[in-house]
Amino acid sequence: MTAPLPRWADLVLIPALNLLLAFLVAGLVVVFIGEDPVEAVRLLLVGSLGSSYGIGFTLYYATTFVFTGLSVAIAYHAGLFNIGSEGQAALGGIGVTLVCLAVPWPYWWLALPFAILGAGAFGAAWAFLPGYLQAKRGSHVVITTIMFNFIASALVVYLLVNVLKAPGMAPETRNFPEGTFLPFMHEILAVFGIRMSRTPMNFTALLALAAAFLTWVLIWRTRLGYEMRAFGHSEPAAVYAGIDPVRITIVAMLISGAMAGMMALNVVMGFQHRLVLDYVGGAGFVGIAVSLMGRSHPFGVVLAAILFGILYQGGAELAFDMPSISRDMIVVIQALVILFTGALENLVRAPVERAFLRRRRKAA
Amino acid sequence: MAAGGGDAPPAIELAGISKSFGPVQANRDIDLAVRRGTIHGIVGENGAGKSTLMSILYGFYQADAGEIRIDGRPTPIPDSQAAIRAGIGMVHQHFMLVEPFTVLENVILGAEEGPLLRPSLAKARAELKRLEEEYELDVDPDAVVGELSVGLQQRVEILKALYRECDILILDEPTGVLTPAEADHLFRILRSLKAQGKTIVLITHKLREIMAITDAVSVMRRGEMVRTLATADTSPAELAELMVGRRVLLRVEKTPATPGRVVLAVENLSLTDDKGVARLKGVSFALRAGEILGVAGVAGNGQSELLDVLAGIRPATGGTVRLDGQPLDLGHSTNGDERRAARVAHVPEDRRRRGLVMPFAEWENACLGYQGEERFEGPAFTLDRTAMRDAARASIERFDIRPPSCDLVTASFSGGNQQKIVLAREMERDPEVLLVGQPTRGVDIGAIEFIHNEILALRDRGKAILLVSVELDEIQALSDRIIVMFDGRISGERIAGETDERELGLLMTGIEPGTRAA
Repeated sequence: MTAPLPRWADLVLIPALNLLLAFLVAGLVVVFIGEDPVEAVRLLLVGSLGSSYGIGFTLYYATTFVFTGLSVAIAYHAGLFNIGSEGQAALGGIGVTLVCLAVPWPYWWLALPFAILGAGAFGAAWAFLPGYLQAKRGSHVVITTIMFNFIASALVVYLLVNVLKAPGMAPETRNFPEGTFLPFMHEILAVFGIRMSRTPMNFTALLALAAAFLTWVLIWRTRLGYEMRAFGHSEPAAVYAGIDPVRITIVAMLISGAMAGMMALNVVMGFQHRLVLDYVGGAGFVGIAVSLMGRSHPFGVVLAAILFGILYQGGAELAFDMPSISRDMIVVIQALVILFTGALENLVRAPVERAFLRRRRKAA
Repeated sequence: MAAGGGDAPPAIELAGISKSFGPVQANRDIDLAVRRGTIHGIVGENGAGKSTLMSILYGFYQADAGEIRIDGRPTPIPDSQAAIRAGIGMVHQHFMLVEPFTVLENVILGAEEGPLLRPSLAKARAELKRLEEEYELDVDPDAVVGELSVGLQQRVEILKALYRECDILILDEPTGVLTPAEADHLFRILRSLKAQGKTIVLITHKLREIMAITDAVSVMRRGEMVRTLATADTSPAELAELMVGRRVLLRVEKTPATPGRVVLAVENLSLTDDKGVARLKGVSFALRAGEILGVAGVAGNGQSELLDVLAGIRPATGGTVRLDGQPLDLGHSTNGDERRAARVAHVPEDRRRRGLVMPFAEWENACLGYQGEERFEGPAFTLDRTAMRDAARASIERFDIRPPSCDLVTASFSGGNQQKIVLAREMERDPEVLLVGQPTRGVDIGAIEFIHNEILALRDRGKAILLVSVELDEIQALSDRIIVMFDGRISGERIAGETDERELGLLMTGIEPGTRAA
C-alpha cells in the first residue's frame, strides 16, 4: 500500500532528492581520485550552462535524448521495454541519408518532411520485426531488440563500407547537398537579432518539442493511446476490451521505432550533414535512462533529456579541464544518476512518504 | 464450553492493537481473547481488517500500537519465524506451496535440519504418518503438490503448520475453494484438532460455517472489533447486522421467472488448452430470455473457459453457439467487440485483472471495451473526455458508486464498488445476454444485496443471464435453473427450487445422485 504523495512531491521533490544523492556519491568518487568535488561540479555546470556555447551543445544533446527517450516511453506505456532505440536510430540515419542524397534538394524545408518520413519509416521498420515476433511468437522484445541493435550496427558498417561510402579513406557517405542543411539555432536566433555562439543545436530542437507534445496527445488523448495504456497495464483486460494484442504491440513498436529513428534528423541532417560510423553513440541507451527518470511522461522526458544533455556537455568540459577525470569517469557519474533516479527510486520514496504522513497526522 | 479451564489464560490475547497504512486505519484499538482449545470465528466485510489483524498475529505486519500475549505471556512477533516459535501456524487463502515439489519437500521447506535433506525427509515422513492417523489428514507424501486437488493442497498447508508443532492454527477463508464435501472433511479435521487441544482461528465471510463449527465469534467492522459472542447465543441475522451496521436481508426477494425464447443455444462446445488438457468436453445448454441460468461447480471445472468462449476472448476447439439463431464466431480470442455489438455483455470473473485496468481513473474504466462508441469520439482520433466523464458520472450516480468521484484511481475503490463499476458498464447498455462470473466475490454484504437486485431486475426486463459462481448460496438464491459443471462437462441440471445443497454438492464432484450405488 502506498500513501499518496502530493503531486509536486512525486514529480519534483523525489527526483530532486535522487539527483542530490547521485551527486553526493559521485562527489565521493571525485574525492577518491584526489580532486575537489565542488570544483568539479562548478566546472560541469559552467561548461554546460555557463555560456551560449555550452547551452547550445547541451540542448543539442538533449534534442537527441528527447527522441530516444520518447521512443522508450511510448513503448513502455504499451507494456513493452524497447531496448532497441539504439538500432532503430541507426536505421533512421540510413533513412535520412537516402532521402538527402537521392534528390538534389533546393530548400531544407522541402527536404525536411521527406527526411522525417525516411527517418521514421526506417526506424519503424527496424522495430517491426521485434514487435511482430513478440506479438505472434512470444519472443520477448527485450531480447530481440538487443539482438537487432547488433544487426543494425553491422548493417550500417556494411553499408558505409561497401555501398554508401564516399571516395576516400573514411567509412562515411559523401556530404549531403547544402539544400538539406537544417538551419542552426544560432542562424535562427540571428534573424531575431539574438547573438549565440556557433553550436550544433539546430532546427530539430523545435521538432523535438513538437514530438513531445504529440506524444502526450497520443498517450493521453487518443483512443490508440488509451488502448496502448490499457494493454500496457493489463493484457487480459485489454483482450476483454476488444483490443487485439498483436495489433497494439506492433503499432506501439512502430511508433516507438519511428520516434527513435527521428533522432537522426538532429545528428545527421542537422549537424554532421553526412552519415558517419557509429553516429548514434549510445543515445538509444541513454533514452532508456531518460524515459525512466522522466517517468515516461513526455514533459518529464524533456526535463530528463536536458539533464542528460548537461551531463554530456558538462562532462566533456570537465574531462577537458580536470585531466585526472577521464571520459570514463564521466560515464560513472552518469551511471550513478541513472542508478539513483531509475533503479533506486524507492530509496528516498519511502522515507519521504513517511515524513509526509507524520506531518499530515500532526496536522489532523 | 470447557469447564475447569475457566481461569487459564487465553491462548491468544490481543490488547489495543492498532495499525494504519498511510491514511487508512486498518485496525483500531482491537482487543481479542481466544480461549485455548476452541474454534474462534472472525467475521467481517471485506476491508473490515480481519486479514490485517491476522497478518499482525503472524508477523507479516508490525502493529503500530498494542500487545500480543500468547498463553498470557507478552510475545512480540516481529516476523513469521517468531510466530512459528510462538506456536502459531497459518493457512493462507492463497496457498504458499511450491507446486513442483512433493508434499514431503513442501512440509520440510524452511524447517530443514542440517545441510543434507535426507534425514529431514525421513523424519518428516514418520511425522506425517503419525499426523495422518491422528487427524484424518491423509495425503500421499510423495505426490507432487501441483498435481493435487485444491482440497488436498489445503491439507498440505495444515500439515506444514502441524509439523512445525503449532498449537494455534489460523485459517483464512479456508472453504472458498472447496466442494461442500471437502469443506465437511475440513471441518472434521478441525474438530479433531480442537479435541487434541489445538486452538483454531477461522476467518470467513460465510455465516453458515461460523454457526456450524465455531465456539465463539468476533465481528469486525471498519477496522474495529464490534463484539465477541458465544456462537450458541447468536444467529446469522444478528451477525450480519453487526457486520454491516444495519439490518440486511440475507435472502433475495425473487418473483418466479417467465422464460421466453431461446436466446443463446450452446451445442457440444469443447476447448482444449495449449497444454493439450481438455477444459470443455461437449457442453450443451440453452439460455432463455427472462431467466437466470446458474452454473455451479468448484473453481477450475471449466466454468471460466465457458465464460471466456461465450464472451469471445478465448477460442473454442469445437462446437457451436447460436445467438438468436445466428452462429457466433468461436475461432478467435479477439471477438470481444463483436460480442458487444451483438449485445452480449460480460462481467468477468476476475475484475481486478480482466474487468478493470486498476491504475486507470474510474472514468477510463467506465467505458473499457466501449471506447470505440461513436459518442466518445472527439476530433482527430482523440477521445471525447467530457462525454466519457459525463457517462461515468451518470453511472456513478445510478449505481451509487462510492466515493462518487470519476477521477479517482480505480484501485482505490473498495472491491464492492469496483464490481459496481463493471456491472454499471455492462448493464446500462441494456444487453440481451449478460454473462456474469463471480458477481459478488470479495464484495461486502451491503453491496451483494444491491448487485443481486440489479441482476434480478435485468432478468425481469426479459434479458437472458448466465451466472457463474462458486458460491452455492448465490447460485441457489438467484438462479431459476442450475447446471453443475464437473471436469469440463455438465454433470447435471436442476430446477432451482427443487434441489438442495447436498444434491448439488454431489453433482459438483461428478456423481449423479440418482445413479449412485447404495
